[in-house]
Amino acid sequence: MSTPFPFSAIVAQDEMKAALLIAAVDARIGGVMVFGDRGTGKSTAVRALAALLPPIQVVEGSRFNADPGDRGRYGACPVAADGKAVKGHVPFVDLPLGATEDRVVGALDLEAALTRGEKRFEPGLLARAHRGFLYIDEVNLLEDHLVDLLLDVAASGENVVEREGLSVRHPARFVLVGSGNPEEGELRPQLLDRFGLSVEVRTPDNLADRIEILKRCDAFERTPEAFAAAWAKHEAKTLKRIARAKDHLSGVAVPDDVLALASKLCMAVGADGLRGELTLMRAARAAAALDRADTATAAHIAHVAPMALRHRLRRGVLDETGSSVRIERALAEVMAA
Amino acid sequence: MNDAGPGALDLFRVDPAGFGGVVLRGPPSEARDAWLAALGPARRLPPGIDDARLLGGLDVAATLAAGRPVTAAGLLAEADGGVVIVPMAERIGDGLAGRLAAVLDTHEVVVERDGAGGRSRARVALVLLDEGVEDERVPEALAERLAFHVEQPSTPELFHVAQIAAARARLAGVAVPAEALAALCATAAAVGVATARAVIFALRAARAAAALAGRDTVTEADVALAARLVLAPRATRLPPVEAQPEDTPPPPPDNPGDRDTDEDRAPSPDAMTEMVLAAVQAALPDKLLAGGRARKSRRRGDAGSGRGAGERRLSWRRGRPTGTRAGQPGGGKRLALAATLTAAAVWQKARGASGGKVAIRASDLRIRRFETRAEATVIVAVDASGSAALARLAEAKGAVELLLAQAYVLRTQVALIAFRGVAAELVLPPTRSLTRARRVLGEMAGGGGTPLAAGLDAACALALGVRGKGRTPRLVLLTDGRGNVARVPDAGRAQAEADALNAAMLLRGIGIDTVLIDTAPRPRPATAELAAAMGARYLALPRLDAEAVARAAAA
Repeated sequence: MSTPFPFSAIVAQDEMKAALLIAAVDARIGGVMVFGDRGTGKSTAVRALAALLPPIQVVEGSRFNADPGDRGRYGACPVAADGKAVKGHVPFVDLPLGATEDRVVGALDLEAALTRGEKRFEPGLLARAHRGFLYIDEVNLLEDHLVDLLLDVAASGENVVEREGLSVRHPARFVLVGSGNPEEGELRPQLLDRFGLSVEVRTPDNLADRIEILKRCDAFERTPEAFAAAWAKHEAKTLKRIARAKDHLSGVAVPDDVLALASKLCMAVGADGLRGELTLMRAARAAAALDRADTATAAHIAHVAPMALRHRLRRGVLDETGSSVRIERALAEVMAA
Repeated sequence: MNDAGPGALDLFRVDPAGFGGVVLRGPPSEARDAWLAALGPARRLPPGIDDARLLGGLDVAATLAAGRPVTAAGLLAEADGGVVIVPMAERIGDGLAGRLAAVLDTHEVVVERDGAGGRSRARVALVLLDEGVEDERVPEALAERLAFHVEQPSTPELFHVAQIAAARARLAGVAVPAEALAALCATAAAVGVATARAVIFALRAARAAAALAGRDTVTEADVALAARLVLAPRATRLPPVEAQPEDTPPPPPDNPGDRDTDEDRAPSPDAMTEMVLAAVQAALPDKLLAGGRARKSRRRGDAGSGRGAGERRLSWRRGRPTGTRAGQPGGGKRLALAATLTAAAVWQKARGASGGKVAIRASDLRIRRFETRAEATVIVAVDASGSAALARLAEAKGAVELLLAQAYVLRTQVALIAFRGVAAELVLPPTRSLTRARRVLGEMAGGGGTPLAAGLDAACALALGVRGKGRTPRLVLLTDGRGNVARVPDAGRAQAEADALNAAMLLRGIGIDTVLIDTAPRPRPATAELAAAMGARYLALPRLDAEAVARAAAA
């Protein structure tokens, strides 16, 4: 996996790409769940995102990805207080299947303990993913207790470790990205609605797209570097777009009538709780920022509504009416009113 | 098969890791042995391998001896560059399948477990020996990542090692004309192969075939061979009759104006597609042909799924680990090494350990703790006969919905048996997938006689099967108790009732937790007696209320 497949070279799958970009712009949106058929390039797209993330400032040598602008919160990190601030990559951590809890939350540093008798905290994957992305392919195969733990930390933004005589807490803010195939067992609904956005990926059914996918995969496979180079310009453009949108985000206004539209829409589809409205608003704002617009509009709401709401609808478990259809219908009604 | 060119095995040998591997389906045979022999030295994956051996981790003995953490590579990393044979592949669980799939995707093993973390290269190919019968199959998520699926392998006629080596050297330089890509994509669409991976594998196969033939360009014959070997076994439907892929985007070539522009881009892509499609059609699995375009094959295909009896296999999940506690290993209790070492570590100085030795006392020993709640499978047997009435069938469906919703939260499995007419049918094998359940329930029809005995027998057989897989079966039976079809059809009502009573007693004999929900508008004492005969709890629900059914089943 030396050269990742360029994000911009992914054919079709517009909704998935949009959701990932929105999550890259505003980490508070609360993660993305990608559902889809096999062989639709779910993991390819998610992993490709890693190359598109504009660099961040980190404290040099910090294993907690300490933020030089907020050094006070990293008591567990020995270098956070006075390490040099440097430019670093946004972390992108792939959670492997079979990972155990000690590696995820962090544990006693075995090496230090065994060789020097020192009681030291060895940060885990959560620390490594701080300020970045944590990706779980095949979420439905992950042990339940790990999923619970990840969602809990993702929501609180802090990892609290009380084990093996250690008592450590450190910031752990990351965007959780999961992918899975619903035919292989579904996520519990109470977990699902904790993801900010959810998208459904299908195999493109038009032949031209399918041929283009095959062409690009083949070209990438044969000469990955040349292929990546050919797409470098597109990639740089997307990276810039994300960086700009991040800067621009706080300046995007969400007018009252747009907020009202979001609330009405949530009521119309019966999306439970405030979380839906909040996500809808944030996603619309991030979408506006990506468009370089100063104001989020009804069109932005319409654009993000399916991904922000489809997993929050209250419905009979066996209700066949697709969530997306219901949202579209509600959108048409609410916007006409 | 071999007169048509190289076989799957030859292509596979040209680029094992590129093809991901082969599923060899069928009982052990000389032919299969010949296949395995042709692969050369290969690692075998022992059934029931644990994560430590599969992925790697902390090496117990070495860590203790050295006094510092020492990691050991797992089998997959050791097999880097080679082939791994997976016996009894139809029985591997989703967890193992997922781990293997991740390695096939990334060509590396990433370990983050029990005090050890790291990644190592593992460019491997898998040969899955699938000895499953009927619906028992290799998990689809894994099969999907292997280029070749061979049913009942025949003894391969092999290309010489030198030819294979020459082809390998030639492979990177083989050019692929644009119409070959189009033909593969159109063929895949025509036979209902949705996943992009299959088409990519087919393209690689075409290239390998050209290289084996000593050519630098892929020809029509190469594409046809590749489609036959890679796409045909994955077909989920017969191509549309007019042999014209139904979702070809450009307008039909009857219009001469359009035809001109098409030909500017790629010379007659349709001709090649037609030829490739014909080759695939000739190689379509018999089952597909027999089933025609029946719904069954579509159901398999439309989401690229077809887990079939997947969930019926032994579960890889060993319950929920709830951490570790102090205690002595042995007697089925497993040592938690990392926890033991960490417990000991802080005392090393105090205990005066030196020279790389670790001083471990019995009090340091930690064992793993799992929450060993056996997972349940709720078997819902629904009387879908005419006497149960169609309206009530809809209500029964509502109850099953709620049961499913519960199962979904509790992570139990649900299976559904419907009995009507003269027989009982397992309409939904044990599953946790709502998507499948939804589909099946929607398609369930009602009407006909009440083969109550057959329904009970089917439930009994399924319950035993479930128990055999280490899960706890529970039965929810929805019926009005008016059995009127005996085990042998046309044996009369009295015989039907006797059979039902007999089946009920058999059920009692295997001792599973059963609830009988009487769906008759006016419950009869006979139904309660039947419930007593099967040792079931009896609930008369003259007004079938979905919530009450669900509550009863959960209790």
